[in-house]
This record gives sequence, structure tokens and C-alpha cells, in this order.
Amino acid sequence: MQLNPVEQFEIHNMMPMVNMGGHQIAFTNASLYMLLIVAVASLLLVGGTARRAIVPGRIQSMAEMFYEFVAHTVQSSAGTEGMKFFPFVFTLFIFVLLANLIGLIPFSFTVTSQLVVTAALALTVFFVVVGYGFYKHGLRFLRLFVPKGVPSYILPAIVVIEVLSFLTRPLSHSVRLFANMLAGHITLQVFAAFIIMLAGFGVLGWFGAVLPFVMVVVLFALELLVAILQAYVFAILTCIYLNDAIHPGH
Amino acid sequence: MSDARDNGEHDKQQTSEAALSARLQRLGERLARDQASRPSDSPGADGGATASGYAKGFRLSSELVAGVAVGAGIGWAIDRWLGISPWGLIVFLLLGFAAGVLNVMRSAGVVPKSRLDGGWDRNEEG
Repeated sequence: MQLNPVEQFEIHNMMPMVNMGGHQIAFTNASLYMLLIVAVASLLLVGGTARRAIVPGRIQSMAEMFYEFVAHTVQSSAGTEGMKFFPFVFTLFIFVLLANLIGLIPFSFTVTSQLVVTAALALTVFFVVVGYGFYKHGLRFLRLFVPKGVPSYILPAIVVIEVLSFLTRPLSHSVRLFANMLAGHITLQVFAAFIIMLAGFGVLGWFGAVLPFVMVVVLFALELLVAILQAYVFAILTCIYLNDAIHPGH
Repeated sequence: MSDARDNGEHDKQQTSEAALSARLQRLGERLARDQASRPSDSPGADGGATASGYAKGFRLSSELVAGVAVGAGIGWAIDRWLGISPWGLIVFLLLGFAAGVLNVMRSAGVVPKSRLDGGWDRNEEG
């Protein structure tokens, strides 16, 4: 039994290192779980839509619910034009959702509790926004940083603040998901460790252990909510940022 | 007295106008209500986050921390680059704090979400 609450986040190398262009490429437990997530997502969606029944089965209706939910999210926050980014947002949502949910299975590894992973996802969104903004609007995209109706003597300061506020997006976008998952899993682990420690004290300890056990059950429900909520928040923030790239001046 | 009578005649003349303005006002109220209910499931307020105060609080605090951190990072980088330590750090830490506060207010819905789809541009065009 691991009583160390942060041991669950350790990365282990699972295969001999491969040298690729001067870099050591390792296949770690994180890579394994990412592959697992992709496999589960493919199974769920490809398998679910393979039959294309008019009256959907359980898995098919789940796949359809995912589609409708994300499509609605994209449409309501990025407009109809945003639907060209639907595959991107859908992929992100399903990946984050499954990573969070699979991470909740005891003894499994949570990919989204690694800042590297969430930062990579958030930076992808950031560069897609910047790239598409400049591709679509050229230099007019920079009007995003120049609010109208601001007196000219404070405009330089406002522009700098707007640029900074734009640059903070990938950071807050990635840290939010990462910190939520990290904190949740540490809390769960700490309370679970209390059960084991208290149970070690004998019969009286067993009665005491009931309290952290109740906490673990309650926290697990909360973590389930957080896992789904954070995937949704990640997707909707992606939509909001994409909306800026699509309509930078409205 | 006469003033009151004058006003009465005035009102009679303007009944159609008054009806129109009343209708306009009602439309305005309805639009305001629609717009007030919309943000809850779209930008900024995001319905999912408001479903749980925990998530919302976390979101606001991470916005502020991100602002300060990015400001400090940029300031530090500028110091290293131009060798003007500690002025870059001081200035950009403060600017980053301002940006963080702006982000927090924006995601809390106190300020128009973002200048991009916010009121400033619309004022100019409207």
C-alpha cells in the first residue's frame, strides 16, 4: 500500500530508451495511459457509431450525446462559424474527460495531473487561436488588443495589459485542469491513507477509520463531478478563445 | 392648473408615440432578460463552472495567479535580455497584476467579457 500521497504521480519508464535524433524517447506509464485513452475513445465512438441504428443502442446513444453536447457548446460560445473547429474541440473534450475519468479508477495513473500534458494541450489551443486569427484577419487581429473608446493617454498601458492578459491564457487554461486533478487526487490519497493508519491501531482504530472512509466516499463523488466539470470547462474555454480568433472585432 | 391641462392635451397627441415607446421599452426589457440569461451557458460565466462554487472560485484564483506569474516571467526575461534589472520585473509584475485583475473581473462578468466581442467596438459601430 502506498501511503505517500504523491507517489501516484511518479513517471516510470516502461521500455528501454530509444534514441531518436539525439533525444531519449521513453515509453512511460503516462504514454501507456494516453494510448489507453485514445483506444477507449476510439472504441466508444467508432464502435458506437458502427451500426448506425435508427433506434440507438446504449453505446450509440452515448456517442450521440457526446456529439450533441459538444456541438451545442461550440455553437453557443463560438457561433456557427466555430463549427469548423468542432473536431478539434471534440477531441480535446473527449481526451480530457476520459483522462480524468480513467484517472479516478484506483491504482491508475492520471494523465491530466501532469502539467506537461495540460500545458501541451493549452498551448496547442493558444497557437491555433493565434495562427487562425492572423490567417483569417491578418494584422487586423491585433485590434483585439486595442479597445475602443479609451482615452489616448492611457491607451499604451491598456494595450500592454490586454496583451499580458492574452498571454496568461495558456497558463491559467493548463494550470486550472492540472491543479484540480492534482489536488483532488492528493486529497483522496491522504484520506485513504488515514483509513489504513487508523486501522493499524486495533479495534478502536477501526471505529475511527469509519470517518475518513466516509470522507473518501464523499470526496470521490466530488472528484467525479470535478473530473467532468473540468473537461467541460477546458472545452468551453477553448471555444471562447477560438471565438476571439474568429471574430476579433465583431 | 393650465400646465396640467396642457400636459393632458400633449399626452393625447402623443398617445401613439407613448404606445410605441412603451413597446420599445418592453422589447428592451426582454432583450436584457435574454442577454442576462445567456451568459450563464456561454462565454465567461460558463454554466458548468457556476454549477459549483468550488470550480468558480478556483477559476478566478487561477486567473489572478496566472496574470501575476506571466507578468513576473516576462519582466524577468526582459531584465535578463536588456540587463535593466530590477526595473523590468517591477513594472511587469505590476502590469501582470493588473492583467490578472482584469481577467478575474472579466471571467466574473463584471467587465464586458473581452474587448473583442464586448461593448467597446459595438459602441463605435452603433
